[in-house]
Amino acid sequence: MSTLLAFIKKRLNRPNTAQMAKERLQIIVAHERLNRGDRKDGGNLQELQQKLIDMVAEFLGVDKAQVNVELQRDKNRSVLELNVTMPDRV
Amino acid sequence: MAKIVVVTSGKGGVGKTTTSAAFGTGLAQRGQKTVIIDFDVGLRNLDLIMGCERRVVYDFVNVINGEARLSQALIKDKQLDNLFILPASQTRDKDALTPEGVKKILDELQNEFDYIICDSPAGIERGAHLAMYYADSALIVTNPEVSSVRDSDRILGLLSSKTKRAEEGLPPPKEHLVITRYSPRRVENGEMISVETVQEILGIPLLGVIPESLAVLRASNSGVPVIMDNQSDAGLAYSDLVDRFLGQTVPHRFLDVVKKGSFLRRLFGGGKTTTREITLT
Ligand SMILES: Nc1ncnc2c1ncn2[C@@H]1O[C@H](COP(=O)(O)OP(=O)(O)OP(=O)(O)O)[C@@H](O)[C@H]1O
Ligand SMILES: [Mg+2]
Repeated sequence: MSTLLAFIKKRLNRPNTAQMAKERLQIIVAHERLNRGDRKDGGNLQELQQKLIDMVAEFLGVDKAQVNVELQRDKNRSVLELNVTMPDRV
Repeated sequence: MAKIVVVTSGKGGVGKTTTSAAFGTGLAQRGQKTVIIDFDVGLRNLDLIMGCERRVVYDFVNVINGEARLSQALIKDKQLDNLFILPASQTRDKDALTPEGVKKILDELQNEFDYIICDSPAGIERGAHLAMYYADSALIVTNPEVSSVRDSDRILGLLSSKTKRAEEGLPPPKEHLVITRYSPRRVENGEMISVETVQEILGIPLLGVIPESLAVLRASNSGVPVIMDNQSDAGLAYSDLVDRFLGQTVPHRFLDVVKKGSFLRRLFGGGKTTTREITLT
């Protein structure tokens, strides 16, 4: 009887691995699409970088060369890093 | 002019050949003159699934190399007069298929047939590339499992960049999602990702869902495409898929767990199983 109970308990506590699969797939597929840049809906990383640079440069009134956008990623997260070298105000 | 349909997946063993055989046979049953081409050079298998392995004399590569005429290599189906198979070569030479060679054969077939089905090998190498290169539409065969879904997405990337249509600036081959080996019970138990999830991630229209089924093994054992078994869930699911491909609106079946009391129904095939509409996003 106790083994049956244990079995039922184990079953009830079993994690929903389908949900884990879904979340992992959403992340990896989004990353790979961005990297490939071959699908309109996935977006193109280079295009995104260029648009950000254009926009930031215009907004801040700095040279485009002073704006730098980079995507960094590790296992758990991605960081879109934006660096602007501001001109010295005179 | 024939329409060229590639059956592709990236990942191996997900059901491309099973689907090619069923799909091609279904089109022929509906009056479309169809040829199924095995692009899996070195690993010919379509002939076995179609039950014509003993009638293979010449193959795809023989025709490309001018060692045989196309009409000598084409094998007519046992049962359907308007269905033909072009077997793959068993050569180890992976470069045996050339873009020009494939084009020459497709050009010749296009005047004769309504549909040309290209059964792609697994992977993203030469054979898979050539199988999709000239396609007008694509069946993306996917199992509800992480690596298969990811590989299908890679294939979508290739379809929209590495096909003739894409290179010419045309819209890429029309994409159709085919989910195979689906187990509603395992989805209900949280052990398998659902149709909705796969579709949401890949973002392409769903053409059909084929349940995990013993009928597929029975069919391959006997060399008769599973779509011929109209008593089986998988056979009926493939029939629905073909009807949908040809433009009919057919609800999806076999997506939900068959509840108690319908054991006999399950046993004797699925005429009245639950159906469900899937909304496309
Ligand atoms: N719906 C299904 N239910 C049960 N088994 C299936 C189903 N579909 C395919 N299979 C089985 O999966 C295996 C692989 O199928 P198939 O040969 O069609 O895959 P494939 O994608 O063509 O493989 P490859 O990449 O090697 O060419 C076979 O043993 C087949 O019987
Ligand atoms: Mg195969």
